[in-house]
Amino acid sequence: MSLLELRELNKHFGGLHVTNAVNLTLEPGEIHCLIGPNGAGKSTLFRLILGEHHPGSGDILFAGENITALKSFARIHRGLSVKFQVPGVFKGLSVRQNLEIALQSRHRGAELEAEIGRLLTFLGLESEQAQTAGNLSHGQKQWLEIGMAISLKPRLLLLDEPTAGMSPEETHMTGEMVQRLNADGMTVLAIEHDMAFVRQVAQRVTVLHLGQVFAQGSIDEIVADERVAAIYLGQAHA
Amino acid sequence: MTGFLSLFRRLEGPQTVGRGPGFWGLFAVVLAVALAYPLFSDGYTVGNTVYFFVWVFIALSLCIIWGYGGSLSFGQTAFFGIAGYGYGVLTLNFGSAYGFTLVALVIAVGIAALFAVLLGYFMFFGRIAGVFLGIVTLAVTLMLERFMAQTAGPEWHIGSARLNGFNGMSAMPPLTIPWPGEPIVLFADVGLYYFVLGLLVVVYLALRILMNSSFGNVIVAIRENPERAEMLGYDIRKYQLITFVIGAALAGISGVLYTAWGQYITPSSMGMTAAALPLIWVAVGGRSDLTSTVVGTLVVLAAFQALTIYGSQYALVFMGVLLVLTVLIAPNGLVLGVMHWLGRLAARFTQRAG
Repeated sequence: MSLLELRELNKHFGGLHVTNAVNLTLEPGEIHCLIGPNGAGKSTLFRLILGEHHPGSGDILFAGENITALKSFARIHRGLSVKFQVPGVFKGLSVRQNLEIALQSRHRGAELEAEIGRLLTFLGLESEQAQTAGNLSHGQKQWLEIGMAISLKPRLLLLDEPTAGMSPEETHMTGEMVQRLNADGMTVLAIEHDMAFVRQVAQRVTVLHLGQVFAQGSIDEIVADERVAAIYLGQAHA
Repeated sequence: MTGFLSLFRRLEGPQTVGRGPGFWGLFAVVLAVALAYPLFSDGYTVGNTVYFFVWVFIALSLCIIWGYGGSLSFGQTAFFGIAGYGYGVLTLNFGSAYGFTLVALVIAVGIAALFAVLLGYFMFFGRIAGVFLGIVTLAVTLMLERFMAQTAGPEWHIGSARLNGFNGMSAMPPLTIPWPGEPIVLFADVGLYYFVLGLLVVVYLALRILMNSSFGNVIVAIRENPERAEMLGYDIRKYQLITFVIGAALAGISGVLYTAWGQYITPSSMGMTAAALPLIWVAVGGRSDLTSTVVGTLVVLAAFQALTIYGSQYALVFMGVLLVLTVLIAPNGLVLGVMHWLGRLAARFTQRAG
């Protein structure tokens, strides 16, 4: 059974057809990258999956269950988790408290402390734990939010531009982080513009264009596809 | 003993300023002074001090809803008024025998909380947030004020309690504690002082525990980033509603104590000026911290009263100026700013000593 299945998903904003009959299937254990020019409807698709937007028509199935009508928090309880495009950390709170809030519904007392410690080590943020999250560098904020997202032990992790604003080294580290999580069994769907990252982690790539699935395949197939190159250069309506 | 220690530890945390032996030592000294104070003062002055304490509860209500929760409620006075009128109606009808005034306190606060459940349900489950929340809550309190102001006619009564329109309701009995022999009537002097002081300490400590718990964590998370909080699996509407209801109950306590203190309540207690003042106390003190709110409210109230005595018409203007200055100089609150400064000073001192 596939982990996530989008069936004929449609979303209009007024006359604008941002998601147009999208069909997408994610298999358990894969790292899937979603690419496409600005305005292709990638973030809207994430918001539909998360329940922040509701589709005009179509269905969202998660592990075989139709979750189209569920509220966001209920989808999180089913095993979804997300890192937003703009880092969504709790800026006024300490790094440690950010993680505590993410972890406290599953762990208590000494176990909670141990989990926080483990996550701080995984993220490489031990020495920043007392810092206010708003004072972290952009890359560190991204990692902190990834940490909060994975602390829920999701079955499917959604990453919206996890490496935006990162240096090449940081991008590579983030890629390794994602691969480690995947090795532990986490399925990942990532929106990403950074092709080095996509090449590093993606097992399958979907190109979204004008709200529709434009192409799908391995990274080599996508790179070789002339039509894909054309839409990125803005000439396309193939 | 370990139970006591663990309870004590839960009083401290990242959500409240002030921890360790230094803070609690100071707390004990302040409490001791407060307990001894009536011995060195006269009944009238003590009664006046109670009046200050009465307002701290509504300030704390705004502190948790706005300061911790990030939802600006402009209408805490609505719950103040509902509970105040509730206490009046109940006690004017059923009297004060057998400790009924204390039952009336609980029922009146309960009515205010119930009203908050209704109002809060529509606001939070309807996803009203930000400035609109302030507008809706302000509209509610002004509407209640208008409504009560037109109840002057004799047809407006509940049982034997006349609502009396703009003049308000009066002559309800003060809080009375049943006691073998003779019941203790808490007139607005020493008796009521100890009652309100005790309630204030209990509420303050209970709120410290609540705000440093996992519940408090979620409340501040919603203030910082509601979307992120929901995407960690929290049904933020429920948390907002619960906080709003707790806040309404606190405002209700203020309303009942105010009514019992002065033995009257008028519609203007829910009016525009009444609604705006708690915002100023809380903003000036430091809305995101319980201790700063308590200290700030008492200081501003005392200053306000002194100003009213010496230059009545300028007191409200001064309040406005104070708010503007706070926003410019210390947007997080003057008392909170001073407390952070003291904390840094203490840290530097201990560093040098060590």
